[in-house]
Amino acid sequence: MLNAYLENTLVYDPALCNGCGMCVDVCPHAAFEMEGRLAVLVRPQTCMECGACQLNCVTDAIRVESGVGCATAMITAALRGQKEAECSCS
Amino acid sequence: MTVDPESITSVPMIFPITSHLTAADRRDHFLAHLGLRREEHRVGPGLYALGNPTTESPVFVSANYFLSFDSLRTALSGIDGYILVLDTKGINVWCAAGKGTFGTDEIVNRVMATRLKEVVKHRKLILPQLGAPGVAAHEVKKKSGFWVEYGPVRAADLPEYLKTCTATPEMRKVNFSLRDRLVLVPVEVGQSLLPMLAAAVILYFVGGWISSLAAVIAILTGNVLFPILLPWIPTHNFSTKGFLLGILTAIPFALSPFIRHPDWSWYHQLGQALEFLLAMPAVTAFVALNFTGSTTFTSRSGVKREMFAYIPAMAWTFGTGILLAIVFIFVH
Repeated sequence: MLNAYLENTLVYDPALCNGCGMCVDVCPHAAFEMEGRLAVLVRPQTCMECGACQLNCVTDAIRVESGVGCATAMITAALRGQKEAECSCS
Repeated sequence: MTVDPESITSVPMIFPITSHLTAADRRDHFLAHLGLRREEHRVGPGLYALGNPTTESPVFVSANYFLSFDSLRTALSGIDGYILVLDTKGINVWCAAGKGTFGTDEIVNRVMATRLKEVVKHRKLILPQLGAPGVAAHEVKKKSGFWVEYGPVRAADLPEYLKTCTATPEMRKVNFSLRDRLVLVPVEVGQSLLPMLAAAVILYFVGGWISSLAAVIAILTGNVLFPILLPWIPTHNFSTKGFLLGILTAIPFALSPFIRHPDWSWYHQLGQALEFLLAMPAVTAFVALNFTGSTTFTSRSGVKREMFAYIPAMAWTFGTGILLAIVFIFVH
């Protein structure tokens, strides 16, 4: 596996887009861009699965399994037998 | 949704605040960047008045982590407005949004508890963009009556943003510059200081000063050199980048038995060289993998894939290196 970050869990259904542009505003990696009245997923590989777009999409056009991309949190959760990894930093 | 009736005062409570940082503030910032006493300085959740705001002045929402709050109030120097501080348990905006403490419910609660509707005539909240992973703007509108507007990622861009109320693509993007990474180094080192010193002391008594130094170098390569060189190390995964960098810093150690002990048998020299070449890169790679949480771009699914792919390799190489070391203690 040369690049573990090529794929992610972001799924976008343009048919449901109402053109509000919220996903473009909230994405910290410019994954979405507006083309006319429609949001287009132009850089899917930059997604870090923060979940901001999904949460702010009124029409549920965006789905992503959000969570912390932190090895420390996941290792800690695994050692403690927890299912969900939660970031423990401040 | 629960609002403690006791927390709602009969008149809106507004605390005055300035954009000025005192010497004590600056000292606290300095300590926080070293990873020290970060928990002690929480800003009280509530409504703050910056300058001389009126009923038309903008309302900015922030976390109760003092660095978040201070970067906001200093960026707003010369601007009259309100700052609505949420209770994020002393955690910065982005991390708190990930946990959900910088979130829809807390905003709605805080708007009610501070009686914000009686303080301003407009119904708009300006949020930091990085609060978005915890906030559903349409839910806030439905539950509190306030529109959410996502401002720029960095507070420093707010004055420019306020002129047009639109953020440029540059303002919306999170970076991870050399400066950003350098700032993290003291915190990374601080977090691993105790285990590093413990390993160094134990290895000093078991294997001498070279083994002790090897542990320190392997860890420091992972949390000092690695963050600095991150974008320039070839390969994409953190683990492989860590292995590469770890092999480089292990080479001098691998050469040491040939130089220091020319009288040793060849298999003993080679054995000790292999100890360093196997154990050190594994440690560096593990520290490097743990840096994923400090970056601004790694996805959970990606980190998970990396962990499953490379942690076994780290364990095997590290274990083999240590086993070789133990064998040679007895063979020697």
